[in-house]
Amino acid sequence: MTDVIHSFTRVVPEWKPRVKPIDLKTATKAQLEALEVTPSDTKVSDYVLTLAHDVESLKVRSPLFNAIMYDKGGLSRAERELGAMTASIVNRCIYCTAVHASRYTQLQKSHEIADSILEDGLEAKLNPRNKAIFDFAVKLSKCPPQVDEDDLSILHEVGLTKEEILDLILSVSLFGWANRLMHVLGDPIRREDNVE
Amino acid sequence: MDIFVTTALKLADIKSDSCITKAVEKRANILKLTQAAEDAVLRPTESGAYSHTLRAALAARIARLNSEEALANRYLKSAGTFGTIADLANDGSSHKLSAVVNFMDKVAASTRSVTAEDISVLQEQGIKDADIVRLSELNSFLSYQIRLVVGLRLLESQSK
Repeated sequence: MTDVIHSFTRVVPEWKPRVKPIDLKTATKAQLEALEVTPSDTKVSDYVLTLAHDVESLKVRSPLFNAIMYDKGGLSRAERELGAMTASIVNRCIYCTAVHASRYTQLQKSHEIADSILEDGLEAKLNPRNKAIFDFAVKLSKCPPQVDEDDLSILHEVGLTKEEILDLILSVSLFGWANRLMHVLGDPIRREDNVE
Repeated sequence: MDIFVTTALKLADIKSDSCITKAVEKRANILKLTQAAEDAVLRPTESGAYSHTLRAALAARIARLNSEEALANRYLKSAGTFGTIADLANDGSSHKLSAVVNFMDKVAASTRSVTAEDISVLQEQGIKDADIVRLSELNSFLSYQIRLVVGLRLLESQSK
């Protein structure tokens, strides 16, 4: 149970914090309100309990995350997950990559595209639309970001509308945020009970 | 809240009559929450070990690491005496913040190479876990905001 995972997978690992999460028994009123829990609640994840150290950020980030990934219209759910997964690969966040490769696979009802990306990275064999989304997400995730007008033109050429491109920008950018929390504040740990 | 006064749209030069106005208006809730997130990480009520001025300086530094000079200058206006921290040639020793600056630079620019040791170094310096989370939230929000600005600016420039 203590094995830290160092390679990409779509089997979702456990997440073990590198700092001590808050203890609900000694949590402040503001922390309990933000988490919408009582001190006896045992179902709150270590991730949420860790972020509750900065309760004001957590309170805003959760609805923002949900809006970017789930609000209706614009880019499809699967393509938002593709953006999230790609950013996570660039930042080498093993945990986020697994979660979003898994969600992408469920939405696509096929694991071939996710597996190709996880195994072959930049050399993954993708159709033109997926390739354009993947390449744009890779470039936007770099520091400094490297997207330019040619990358945008390619997205238009494969059929993405302005609304869809905005949603792609949002999901990729959001994972610049999520990766820097998950990858920095904790380790992905192999789960013995989780087989594909 | 008027979305056209948010940092993201201001920095991307998107106005109420821009070519991508319709697209951004459809995501007005997201842009408002993005601004609320900026308030929460840059100007929180409970700021822990890091004042609003130091947070602004660190935000400006992260913007510079991402070649976002306009955003850096916006945050620098609120950085007070910590302004020199945003100078990339300053390693933080001027304010006895070397460990913090080193951590913030690595998380922002070399995210993939961050390890557990980077956290234990901060802990050994006496930095509390709550403050490590606060630094990480500030850093990661900036990464989001910078990429959003870069993407929006690109969309706006091509739509002209």
